[in-house]
Amino acid sequence: MLSLAAHILDIAENSVRASAKLIEILIEEDTNDDCLIIEIIDDGHGMDEKTLNKVRDPFYTTKTVRRVGLGLPLLAEAAERSGGTLQMASRKNMGTRIKATFGLKHLDRQPLGDIVSTLIILIVANIHIDFLYKHRYNDRQFEIDTRVIRKEIGNIPINHPEIIKYIRGVIEEGLSEIGSES
Amino acid sequence: MAKLTIDDLKKIKEKVHKEMSLRDGDRRVKVTVHMGTCGIASGAKEVMDTLLEEIEAAKVHDVVVTTSGCMGLCSREPLVTVEVLNQEPIKYEYVNPNKIRQIFKRHVLSGEVQTPFVLAKGTEIIK
Repeated sequence: MLSLAAHILDIAENSVRASAKLIEILIEEDTNDDCLIIEIIDDGHGMDEKTLNKVRDPFYTTKTVRRVGLGLPLLAEAAERSGGTLQMASRKNMGTRIKATFGLKHLDRQPLGDIVSTLIILIVANIHIDFLYKHRYNDRQFEIDTRVIRKEIGNIPINHPEIIKYIRGVIEEGLSEIGSES
Repeated sequence: MAKLTIDDLKKIKEKVHKEMSLRDGDRRVKVTVHMGTCGIASGAKEVMDTLLEEIEAAKVHDVVVTTSGCMGLCSREPLVTVEVLNQEPIKYEYVNPNKIRQIFKRHVLSGEVQTPFVLAKGTEIIK
């Protein structure tokens, strides 16, 4: 994984597989505390405590096609490399919350990368799932919620090229407005 | 550039509605980009970005794009499956932005399978 945006895409795919209806992606950058927090929260089928304790193990996976599961171990490694941590909480049938913290100015923190394309890919490929994205940079915040967009567009599919173009425009505009160091 | 607002979305909605009534929105091709950890780490995100750009540039509305997980062939990622309606799915291996452009233009739009990049034909059987 070369960027945090790639990690986010990867972890959000877990939520998709857990049959989530709503996936929240929250990013917080705080220059005073020198920290970057990424949270991914879903309302999917969750994990029991026993499973949750195993997911950091790179040789644990729920899949049968291969014997490794690297998504969360790679994220944990990326967070720890920059002086941060990975925290996870999950409850069966309730959902899962993944919180990764990074040292914002730490040399080994990966760049955030193209977060716009991460969101667009998730929205286009999962038209039945809603996404809430919040990005805070110190005291400025940008937010986009596909539930609001869905209400406006009625029966037009959310993955229609014109709608996607609009969403891309809104996110790019919002992010350039709040500024960002990552 | 003026700020995009909900009003802009309403205008887009009206415009799209007019266009939609003029043609049947049937999907002709489904393209699946495999987005497991292995796929993403080897560049599936860039492949997907390029594919979306191409679809927008070509102004086609009968191509559906989706993602799937890992199918166990991590060493051949990024993998892309192209399913033309009523035809067997074709799986492409080691896809990159240039290859996906060629696959989109030749296979998705013109129906010529790009044999040099093909991994397999048919549906995978997951154990």
